[in-house]
Amino acid sequence: MTPLDVAASLKVVGYGLGAIGPGIGVGLIFSSVIQGTARQPESRGMLMGTAWIGFAVVEALALFGLALAFIF
Amino acid sequence: MAYPGFTLLEGDVPQFGVSAFDSRPLFPSQGWQTCHAATADVPDWCATWQPTWTDIWITNHIFQAVLGAIIVIAFWLIVTNKMRVVPSKVQWAGEYVYNMIRNGVARDLIGPNYHKYVPFLVAMFSFIIINNLFGEFFLTMFPTFAKVGFAWGLALLTYILYNAVGIKKHGLLGYLKLMTVPAGVKFPIILLIAPLEFFSNFITRPITLGLRLFANLFAGHLLVMIFVVGGTWLVTYTNNNPLYNVTGVVSLLFSFAIFALELLVAYLLAYVFTILTASYVAAAEADSH
Repeated sequence: MTPLDVAASLKVVGYGLGAIGPGIGVGLIFSSVIQGTARQPESRGMLMGTAWIGFAVVEALALFGLALAFIF
Repeated sequence: MAYPGFTLLEGDVPQFGVSAFDSRPLFPSQGWQTCHAATADVPDWCATWQPTWTDIWITNHIFQAVLGAIIVIAFWLIVTNKMRVVPSKVQWAGEYVYNMIRNGVARDLIGPNYHKYVPFLVAMFSFIIINNLFGEFFLTMFPTFAKVGFAWGLALLTYILYNAVGIKKHGLLGYLKLMTVPAGVKFPIILLIAPLEFFSNFITRPITLGLRLFANLFAGHLLVMIFVVGGTWLVTYTNNNPLYNVTGVVSLLFSFAIFALELLVAYLLAYVFTILTASYVAAAEADSH
């Protein structure tokens, strides 16, 4: 056995694919926050509050993927 | 050939890091020491052997959590002891953390009557960040929340808090209505929306809250382990091909970057957990959806 052998598993590839969507989603959320803050700096606190909730909802999908990749 | 702390599988090839996430008892019983010895052959009676309660409950990870709690309590006692108008360095650091949570999290998210939640949020933030930093501290080298049970405990605490706040303010039925019926949704659609909202607010919320903390730290620790343990193995791998050893050196150097990333993650996850707790409390306390 050489160290560079990789025992690949399809479920990990599945998690990788499943993480694409939430990745794009989190990026969109925070890009909007940055733009909103740039246009109206005083609204930062309110924007961040909404952004964290949206972030939590979006990231949940990636977390489910990670959990399922380990369970099954 | 014995490798203390590592599990031996497939003959003599050490599977480095396989048992890195297992809790080890602080005071192992005689049976534990015999059956978990780092040798390939253990006695037959180990197949039916059961660990004693001290092996299960008094482990290094529970010790870490208790130690984290003690550090947090001691830190805030020291900060608030002999407070002065011109702050000392410790008081300044404590005030900085306190102000960050109080103004940036509690006041912005919960609104006018945020005062009673500030102690809980500050305690939660400091407890999580201390336990996360244990992952980068050389004596512990394990973030406590990379064991999922600790994360469930904290998520349960938040779950009880925001539900209790909501029920206390709106009553049980009022709270259920607030959480399941968004304002302005008409009759036929409500049959579709209400179960979804219920599922989202009462079932996935606590699960994702705990799972987020656990998954980030677990994945981070796994990443550190892959680069450090794998790098060590590659560096010491004796083969005619020096490429393995060069790869190992690069891997070990890169592990420093991963450690820096983990410092960021430790702070970020503590902040996100606190801010989500605050926003769930704010949602439970809000007058309308």
